[in-house]
Amino acid sequence: MKLTVWTYEGPPHVGAMRVATGMKGLHYVLHAPQGDTYADLLFTMIERRGHRPPVTYTTFQARDLGSDTANLFREAAQDAYARFSPQAMIVGASCTAELIQDDPGGLAEALGLPIPVIPLELPSYQRKENFGADETFFQIVRHLATEQEKTAQVTANILGPTGLGFRHRDDIEEVTALLSDMGISVNVTAPMGASPADIARLPAAHFNVLLYPETGEAAARWLERTHDMPFTRTVPIGVGATHDFLAEIAEITGRPVVADTSRLRLPWYSASVDSTYLTGKRVFVFGDATHVKAAARIARDEMGFEVAGLGCYNREFARDIRAMAKDFGVEALITDDYLEVERTIEALAPEMILGTQMERHIGKRLGIPCAVISAPVHVQDFPARYSPQAGWEGANVIFDTWVHPLVMGLEEHLLHMFREDFEFHDEAGPSHHGGHAPAAKAEGGQPPADRADQPPRDISGPVMDGTATWLADAEKELKKIPFFVRGKARRNTESFAAERGLAEISVDTLYEAKAHYAR
Amino acid sequence: MNRPLTPPSGPGCTDTPVLKERGQREVFCGLTGIVWLHRKMQDAFFLVVGSRTCAHLLQSAAGVMIFAEPRFATAILEEKDLAGLADANEELDREVARLLERRPDIRRLFLVGSCPSEVIKLDLHRAAERLTIEHSPRVMVQNYSGSGIETTFTQGEDACLATIVEAAGPTDAADLVIVGALPDVVEDQALGLLSAIGIDNVKVLPSARAEDTPAIGPNTRFALVQPFLGDTHAELERRGATHIPAPFPFGEEGTTLWLYALADAFGIDRAVVDRVTEAPRARARKAIAARAETLRGKSLFFFPDSQLEVPLARFLTRECGMTAIEIGTPFLHRTLLGPDLELIEAGPTLSEGQDVDRQLDRARAGRPDLTVCGLGLANPLEAEGLTTKWAIELVFTPVHFYEQAGDLAELFARPLRRKERLKLEAAT
Repeated sequence: MKLTVWTYEGPPHVGAMRVATGMKGLHYVLHAPQGDTYADLLFTMIERRGHRPPVTYTTFQARDLGSDTANLFREAAQDAYARFSPQAMIVGASCTAELIQDDPGGLAEALGLPIPVIPLELPSYQRKENFGADETFFQIVRHLATEQEKTAQVTANILGPTGLGFRHRDDIEEVTALLSDMGISVNVTAPMGASPADIARLPAAHFNVLLYPETGEAAARWLERTHDMPFTRTVPIGVGATHDFLAEIAEITGRPVVADTSRLRLPWYSASVDSTYLTGKRVFVFGDATHVKAAARIARDEMGFEVAGLGCYNREFARDIRAMAKDFGVEALITDDYLEVERTIEALAPEMILGTQMERHIGKRLGIPCAVISAPVHVQDFPARYSPQAGWEGANVIFDTWVHPLVMGLEEHLLHMFREDFEFHDEAGPSHHGGHAPAAKAEGGQPPADRADQPPRDISGPVMDGTATWLADAEKELKKIPFFVRGKARRNTESFAAERGLAEISVDTLYEAKAHYAR
Repeated sequence: MNRPLTPPSGPGCTDTPVLKERGQREVFCGLTGIVWLHRKMQDAFFLVVGSRTCAHLLQSAAGVMIFAEPRFATAILEEKDLAGLADANEELDREVARLLERRPDIRRLFLVGSCPSEVIKLDLHRAAERLTIEHSPRVMVQNYSGSGIETTFTQGEDACLATIVEAAGPTDAADLVIVGALPDVVEDQALGLLSAIGIDNVKVLPSARAEDTPAIGPNTRFALVQPFLGDTHAELERRGATHIPAPFPFGEEGTTLWLYALADAFGIDRAVVDRVTEAPRARARKAIAARAETLRGKSLFFFPDSQLEVPLARFLTRECGMTAIEIGTPFLHRTLLGPDLELIEAGPTLSEGQDVDRQLDRARAGRPDLTVCGLGLANPLEAEGLTTKWAIELVFTPVHFYEQAGDLAELFARPLRRKERLKLEAAT
């Protein structure tokens, strides 16, 4: 039993829904109690889909238990086939149905429907959403892909994009364009946009682009093993990674690298003097492993930040993230415990967070700016405008997105110089946000009134036992430090005092600590 | 001046046969009630004993994630709990002890049963008794089920309140208890109106704090402000309390009839009610009239969601001039809804339960001007050209009594006005 307040991933059947909803002509019959239909709103509300997910739920109730839940499933499957005429069906159980052991796979097979019926075994009490998506896609590919001749021209499949994915919609466009520049057309993109008939055609491509390992790796590995299709290891998010990705494709296909960087702006924007203020900003990176790997590299090599810490919530990729953390000289945080992430951020006191919507809220409470780099998604992560993460345009988008939450260069200086100005004071936040507090509220729904602007009550035990007392003068001096570095100054000074066993913090202690920690 | 609306000449919808459907139900489970109950009951914590799905539902149903530390959490069952490798009760005791240590402000802890905990027959009632002994007198531990196999959406609140009534202390006092969670501002308005007509010993259920939980006895009278409280109603009657039946206090008419019923029960002349409510009634009528311009003559289709459908259909048809095509509700509690059903002109289909695909067929055939439905259906129906109102807003927004009557009408008028307003084609 594990106490959970907020979760980074849903249950595995939600992963299966992401695959089914991304596809066309596939129907998912899910043995699940009444109430599990809530998952539909993830797609219709967060992603604003104009169609219901192609999912039929049995929605059994207590009175059905022990009598005819199996029959309910049979009827639901038969009705779904009659009503929706899918090309193929996936069948499985949600957490509760797993307990009643009706065997949806066996029941569906016995119906003898004239279409492929693919049973899913998704252990709800062990695994989570990304596993569910990866496994479902793998099972669909394994059941439907057929041996066939390669296309005459060099083609590739793009594997991994799903419904409810973080910027998957636009990444597909971008990666398709990257391939097109190299004279390679896309055979099939899957699961997103693919029908079961398209899945059958996967082996006609010459190689696979594994765009999101979280949701496509099992299928890519199986296609490599069974159909001798190599797949790309680099995810093309960031300038360097996109170059590496193209080099990898050149190696696989024997074609020369063609990179049209005429609209790529990140390198120059980052080199231009206006960006000097970004130098060495301490950032904390957290999200799914794929986006964290990409973001950490961009942060350090392309933005000139200092990565103060990094981690991911999907344990399946813990090894990769640990290796990366080692390379960055930091400790990896592998956890799906929101409170643990919050404690880590609090202790590291970074100047910016590159995280998920969960970290954005942590940042809001701690007064640390945050840019969102990864799922779990929010309605804001489906902008109307073209907004990829992958490829050249993705790099441009990332530059803008990451710079936006920060106080800009000259403004930072002005805040230092004229800190008592009644309008242009630090509490007002970055001036281009029109006051940071209202902006934050508008984004995240209503924060409860009593807590909105206060630090959270400490629920994780004392963070700093035996903290030295701040003398009035020092406290006043601390207030003159702009808000975006004040937290760090406070913590640094307190640790400095603690290391030296000081009981009180004076103005001198504050500046001694500043000198001590100067980088 | 205070002209009552004319009731239907016949029995209204009282005898309308009910279309009972059993198929896929596109509804939330009772756990969803935690989203508002935990804000209402400020010293209570809701611990769901369930699966990752339960935690994900609570996170998603909140619409936006309320990231202030919530007073709810999920104890997620893991493989070892199910395989009997871990004693689920020991695990639960440990998690509860940790939780209470971290949250010294908690006075009431609800162990909330879920589908998986019901199916594996984890006895949360005994667990609550055991934990109450362990943590008394500081914390009282209670349990109820919010599982999807037992409850639909608002029935979670019903189950929670029934549990509270079961444990409430005895009394001989002739108190009035107002039953159903209301936003604080609305609750204050209700108490103000009751006080103005001369009813003062009023308690509310649920109360914001444990110590204000009303005691229940044979002289207790109670009125419901939410139509989904069937089990709570039954439990209150079992404890000897007397129900004051009335239409639900939505709109000007509903609120007035609700107050009349209470006045009658307490031997207060209706003229007192008329005098006290004259100004707010006039305000409510005026506010409704402004929105009724948009709503009048429009047709209406309710998908089952919160059990508020019947009283809202009464309000929208009688006070806003709409025509109901179908009034779908997850569960039709005739005892509680009788006074509302009586007032609705016969004509609409009344349906209970759901077969969502068949109901969608009926909605498409009926082409209603406004469809009230859950979040999973709203955008798909909009994409088909129908105009929708998401039902969940009705339980998250102050909509009861006079001062909110205009806001309630506005919730339905806005989607229609928006549709008229948007010009998304070329000008030619």
